[in-house]
Formats: sequence, C-alpha cells, structure tokens
Amino acid sequence: MTVTDDTVTTSGIIGQPRLRKEDPALLTGEAKFMDDLALPGALWVHCVRSPHAHATIVSIDTSAALATEGVEAVYTGADLADLWEAPLPCAWPVTDDMKSPDYWPVAQGKVCHVGDIVAVVVASSRYTSADGAEGVVVDYEVLPAVISIEDAVTDEVVIHEGLGSNVSYEWPLIPDPEGVEAAFANATHHITETYVHQRLIPAPMEPRGVAAVPSPHNGDMILYSSTQIPHILKVMAALTAGIPEHKLRVIAPAVGGGFGCKLGVYPEEIICLTLALRHGVPIRWTEGRTEAATATIQGRAQRQTIELAADENGKLLAVRATLLADMGAYLQLITPGVPLLGAFLFHGLYDVPLYSFTCKSVFTNLTPTDAYRGAGRPEATYAIERAMDVLALEVGVGPDEIRSLNFIPTEKFPYDSPAGLVFDSGDYQPALDRAKELINWEDRRAEQAERRATGSKTHLGLGISTYVEMCGLAPSRVLASLNYGAGGWESATVRILPTCKVQVVTGATPHGQGHETAWSMIVADRLGVDPDDVEVLHSDTAISPLGLDTYGSRSLSVGGTAIWMATEKVVEKASLIAAHMLEANADDLELANGVFSVKGTPGAEVPLAGVAFAAFTAHDLPDGLEPNLQAEVTWDPPNFTFPFGAHIALVEIDEETGEVEIIDYAAVDDCGNQINPMIVEGQVHGGIVQGIGQALWEEAVYDEDGQCRSTNLGDYLVPSAAETIDMKLDHTVTPSPTNPLGVKGIGEAGTIASTPAVMNAVVDALRHLGVTEMAMPASPMRVRRTIEAAQGGVS
Amino acid sequence: MQISLTINGTEYCEEVEPRTLLVHFIRDQLGLTGTNIGCDTSSCGACTILVDGQSAKSCNLLAVQAEGSEITTIEGLAGEDGLHPMQQAFHECHALQCGYCTPGMVLASVSLVEEYPDLDGQGVREGLEGNLCRCTGYQNIVKAVLSVGK
Repeated sequence: MTVTDDTVTTSGIIGQPRLRKEDPALLTGEAKFMDDLALPGALWVHCVRSPHAHATIVSIDTSAALATEGVEAVYTGADLADLWEAPLPCAWPVTDDMKSPDYWPVAQGKVCHVGDIVAVVVASSRYTSADGAEGVVVDYEVLPAVISIEDAVTDEVVIHEGLGSNVSYEWPLIPDPEGVEAAFANATHHITETYVHQRLIPAPMEPRGVAAVPSPHNGDMILYSSTQIPHILKVMAALTAGIPEHKLRVIAPAVGGGFGCKLGVYPEEIICLTLALRHGVPIRWTEGRTEAATATIQGRAQRQTIELAADENGKLLAVRATLLADMGAYLQLITPGVPLLGAFLFHGLYDVPLYSFTCKSVFTNLTPTDAYRGAGRPEATYAIERAMDVLALEVGVGPDEIRSLNFIPTEKFPYDSPAGLVFDSGDYQPALDRAKELINWEDRRAEQAERRATGSKTHLGLGISTYVEMCGLAPSRVLASLNYGAGGWESATVRILPTCKVQVVTGATPHGQGHETAWSMIVADRLGVDPDDVEVLHSDTAISPLGLDTYGSRSLSVGGTAIWMATEKVVEKASLIAAHMLEANADDLELANGVFSVKGTPGAEVPLAGVAFAAFTAHDLPDGLEPNLQAEVTWDPPNFTFPFGAHIALVEIDEETGEVEIIDYAAVDDCGNQINPMIVEGQVHGGIVQGIGQALWEEAVYDEDGQCRSTNLGDYLVPSAAETIDMKLDHTVTPSPTNPLGVKGIGEAGTIASTPAVMNAVVDALRHLGVTEMAMPASPMRVRRTIEAAQGGVS
Repeated sequence: MQISLTINGTEYCEEVEPRTLLVHFIRDQLGLTGTNIGCDTSSCGACTILVDGQSAKSCNLLAVQAEGSEITTIEGLAGEDGLHPMQQAFHECHALQCGYCTPGMVLASVSLVEEYPDLDGQGVREGLEGNLCRCTGYQNIVKAVLSVGK
C-alpha cells in the first residue's frame, strides 16, 4: 500500500490506528512517575518561598527550623552561592544586547516574584521538611511591585537595578519598511486591533518533581526529573551545578504531561543536585499544586496590536504586528524566544506581500513565562484570526469569504513567506470547506438569524479560525540565525537483535504522546516485523545519550524521520548480508513482509530473522562488513514543517447569565501523513480543550501587589468533562516534502486554532447587541459587563 | 495510632501519625504508588480510590478515617484474567495519554457506572466533573465509560 506518491512506500502498518503499548502500565498503576520512585535514605527538600512579589531580604532566621524534629539542615541563598558555577541558563539570547538578570536557584538578597525561593529546608521526610519550613523567619523590606507590561515599560520601578531598565530586548522583523508604510497609506481598509493574552498556568496533572542520587564512590550523579528535556537538562545542569557532564546521568521517568512547562532548567533541579553532592545521600523534592502556580513557568502574557491593510475587496496588502511580551521576573530556558516563534506567523496562512513585526519584551514581578503549548504560534494566530473577522465586517463579506479570498493559493507552494520562511506545502480551502460542512454552516447561520429575529435571549455565534503553524523546531542553521543556543537535530539508533526483535533508541523524549507506539509502527512497517516486537528506549541519557527532546511538535518530523532513516540504513546493511547468503546482487533484493527475496527469482529468499542471526554469529559475512545490524542517524531537517487547518466553534450565550456554552465544534487539521490516526485524534481533542480553556475560563489572576489569586485548581479553572463536548474531527492530507515520511506535526494544532475560533464565535453571538470585542477569558461576569457596556450601561 | 483496613484484598494493621493523609499512607507507607497526587485541594481527582465500593478522593481523608474499610486502588482492579473492563475500555478508546489522571479517572468511572448504569454522555460528563484530565479533552474518556455502561 502506498501512503502517497510523494513519499515512502509503506507496508500498511503506518497509517493504521493502533492501540498504544504504553497503556497497560499506566492503566494498572505500574508506571513509575517521579514521586513514585523509592529512594531509600533520601532526604526531602522543602522550599521556603517569597510571599512578596518584590522585596529585599533583610535577614533570615533559621534557628527554629534547625531545631525542628527531623530537620537536617537549612540553607539560605548566601549559604549556597559559592557552590554554583553559573546562574540558571537562558539558552535563547535573541539579541546580542539582550538584558538578562542573574537567575540563581535561591534568591541572593532580593526576591522578584511570589514563589521565588529564599531558603531550603532538608529533612528526613516530606512532612518534617514542611514542619521545618514553618520555622524559617524571613524579614523582608517590601518594594513596589511591577505587575503590568504597561507599568514595566515606563521603568518607573526598575526590577533588576543593574540592568538599568525593565526592557529585556527589542526585536524587529521588517524586511521592507517603506513598502509597508506605502501599503498602509494606499489601503482602502486599515484595521487596528489590540488583544491581550492573559497569563496561563500550564497545569499538567503531574506537578514537577526532582531527585538527585549520588554515588558514594566515584562522584557520579543521577538526576531524576519530571522533565520534557533530559538531554538538554543534562548539559545545562552540568554547567550550572558544576558537575562534569560525563558524571551526570539524567532520567525522566513516566512524565505526567508537560505542555511546555517541563521544558526548563528549574531552581529545584539545581538545588537537589547541589545538596546531594553536599550531603552524599539522595535529595528529593515534589511540587505541590499551589506551589506549581507560582514556581513553574506560565504561558502567553502578551499584549499585541495588529494592523491590516487591505484593498476595497478585502485583499490583504500588508500586515503589521507590534508586541509587548511579559517575560516575568527572570529569563527561563527559552523565555525570550517565545515571541519570536510567533513573529513569523502574524500574517497567518494568507498571501500577504508585505509584513512588519516588532517586539518589546519586559520584566515584571511575576513568575517567569516560557513556552506553553504552541508557544508563540497561538498568540500570533489569535491576532490575525480575530482581526480577519473585523476586516470581513468592514468589507461586508462573510468571515469564510475573507479567508478564502486571502489564502495562499496552492500553486504558490513552496511559498516564500513575507517574514522570510518557506512554507513547505499547503492546500487551505478544502479544510475550510470541510469544516463548514461538519458544522452545518448555512443551517447554523439561518438558525442564528431566526433567533435574532424572534428576540431570543439565547444567542448563537459561529467562529472560524484557520491557521498555519511552524512545527518541527529543527533546522539548526535557521535556529542559529535566531541566536538560539542549540541545534535542532534529533538522533535515532535502530538495532536488530539476534532473535530479530528490534531495539530503537530515540532522543525524542515522550511525556504522554505515545512515541513508543508510533516509533514501533515506523520501524515495523519497514522491516515487516510485529510492532510489539520493537522495543523503544528513551528518557535516560545513559541509554540514549544524544537527543534534543520533545517540544514544538518536533518529535515525529525530526525524531521519527531519524528513526525511518536509521531503519533504512539497517536494511541496506542487512541486504548486503542477505545477498551474500543468496549469492545474489544486493541491488536485486527486496525486503517485504520480513523476507529478503531476489526480484524475479521465485524461491530465492531468506528471512530477515536469518540475516539477523547471521549478522550476530558473524561466521560468514561479506568481506569487510562489521558484525551485527545497527545504525545511528542524526537528522537535521532542511526546513520546518507547516501544518494547517480550519476550526469552527458554535457557541450559545445566555444573555441573562453571561454564560458561554460550546454546543458544537468542528476541526479539520492537516498534519501531512499520519502514522497513527488514533494518536493524532487524541492530540487534537486535548489541544482543542486546552485552547478553549484559555478562551473561556483560564487566567492566572494577580492582584495589584503581585499576589496570585488563582493558585489552586479550585480557583484556576482547568476545563472538566462537564464543560466540554464531543467534537467533530476530520482531516486532509498534504504531505510535507521536507522529510521522507511526509509528516508535519499535530500536538499543538488544537490549542492554536481553538482559542480564536471560540472568541470569534463569542463576539459573533453578541454582535447584534453592539458588542465588537471581548477580552479573554470570556467568563460570565465579563460577558455580562461587555453586553452592558455595549448597550450604554455601566462597564 | 494503629489502623486496620483491607486494601486490594490484603489486610493491613499499621502504625500512622494521626495527621497522615490516606493517599500518603497508601503511597508512601504501603508502596502502592498507582494512586497519584495531582493537587492539594481535592480538586483534580487523580488520587481517587474506591472506599467500600464508592469512589473517594484519598487526599481528602486521613488514614485514620479509613479504619475498618475495604479499599480498592488501581493495583487491585485488574483480575487474574486481565484488565478490568473499564481499564480495557480506556485502552481501546484511547482514553489516556500521559496517564497521570488515569488511575483516578478509571476508578471514578467504575464507581459511576456501578451506581448509574444507564447514564448518557452528558451524565458521564457530569459524573466525572471532579476528575481533571489535561491531555485527552475527555471525548475518548466519555466514549470508554459509555462502552462499559452499556
């Protein structure tokens, strides 16, 4: 069976829904998450955290804590400062003059956000470490807190005095400034919209956890962490904690979700390493949910202005985006890079000749921000997709029509984007057409009109969001041009064992995405073995020493491709041995269903299993050929991949209560070829709900002193089953030409598309009441107030 | 204090601090780590177990409150002949991804179907409101529960 003519020929395993091999351990409690590890003799860390957003530490009295039963030691920042080689790393200095404060694992004299660590209690148990923390008395001199981006840019209060300003960097991408100015000057329609992306708490169901386990004999150290990035963590932790890289092994056990927030090098990881070296025993820490709200990175937090210039028909002439981004108190691993990931996509999937993007990123006295599901791309998509609805209204056409008019035409691919990227492949109109079918667009429009005509107080709204995203964060040379501090390749090893079972080693570290199943399918498809006969090794730097881990929907298009290529190399070698065994020419052999045969010569065949055993015994191999069947590939793709799709939300709003209910949702996504459609569908479901969460419920709420008022899952509303509905999914298939599998990536698509779809639907539902814009989240109170304001009442 | 209780068919008689939460007792003292902790406000449901056949959040109980009760954790759900029908349904419907909420979600679902065998999709959704999942978007979880209910 052929997946497409453009890419590899497959034997039929690729493309089939296949139940996950990960499931049984997770379903029976056998899987070991971070906090499940039994580490005899371990001491527990409790972090004493700042209750203030901005304060000077006058003094810390640890005497009562030290006297607490079970407490072994208490450390302040001053006690530990000499033990670290370097502050916590930021791997993405986007400009040469970017301002970056020292980010020490424990505060040095001053705290810059609620949750900043001021002292560490080490005790015999989880409970006694908390007891000890109660006894730590810190005297603070509270300073004025900078909470908003708008206040931050004034520099009235400078958070990191040594930097002289709260502005970390300014980054422009304006290929043709005069052209953009001229386009706006000559445009018939000039739309200017401002949107705010509230701060989000990523909230994976498993909070973070760390354990550092020293070897008493040779200085080796194992760092266990609930991280998405064991490989990157290893390098960064070695540099920060001052441990020789070859003495450090990082293991990510089963990880209970990441969504970007476990893509960091955190204070607690360095603290546990440092203290394990000092105490010579395992040191562990587990985050509480309330702690997670202020100590783990947060997402979004941008204020964006987007301008569209269009001709009289609504055809876009130019797009200009201006961004203010809140970095939070410090720069985490890739904090400054998040706005850049959106910088290339504020023009969306539209054929726009001229483009301008500028970004100013500032420090505030809030928890650091960093990559959260989609990272930069949901922000960009939100702006353009909301603004396109405004343009449609102004031009007097439907939201579907304005999009169709402006889609990049299929014949223009590969498409040179105005921001300087090359979009690999795309065919946007069919996705929108199909989504309209799934939602019954015309019928729903008629129903909406009828309700308005009859004066119903329950309003219907339809919202479209079409999107393209940039996935497979990889091409190392492109990342270099953005000052990113690492490459973007991925490594894979494929090894056929003596009994013809197969071992795959991957650097693409999973945290719930089902890599073991998908990778097994890729290998099994090519080799003709059962996917259950493939073992996938990952998440341990001693077993998988090379890798760049999982984020940005890169695992399949980069890591999966590496696996396909390594499999091909193994097949090449195996065919030399098979040819030797069959006394044939290797070029005349083909491998199908696990058997090598000579083309056109019935009966001249040898099973792969026989070849594998011959490679193992090495009794009679072709001259010069090494024994065993294994190959390693490191794949650095030539380009990103650009998945796309169209989502449509149908909402109903009760005018009296302001409650928004999603009553139908259609999503058509194109991630190129699919390896396992069941996994794709699951990723889309979860992504959509996460994006709806931002639109309707989720917000890290801060008061004017910088206190987070949504520190638990009672106050921070992660959607439950009761708020969500069954979604209608479909897909189109436009393979990527940048990798042999023709795959693109899907993990973030739902989150990118659903937020603007829902918000466009909310505004659409209330437009006849005079509502032109709605801020997020569209909570009942905000909806009520917006309606009242639109109708001339109090706002 | 000393408590006696039965977990997954095994009787335990253990010494606990009065302040010990049931979830910590099960996880740390007995080593049954299949029950997960996802929050500290009894909001997420990851620590859901069955106490005398009914679902309960084990972070919301003290160990001493479980005196004399019969508890099932995820480790005790599968039978000798394989996965419990609810576990099997979650597997077949792809109702889990990272799997962290899964033990609690499965046990809450077992209890829900036991109590209300005729629930429709909306009923399942409302019945599982106390169990949060960040990965699946719930659609496949609802599908799995309905497939067992019928």
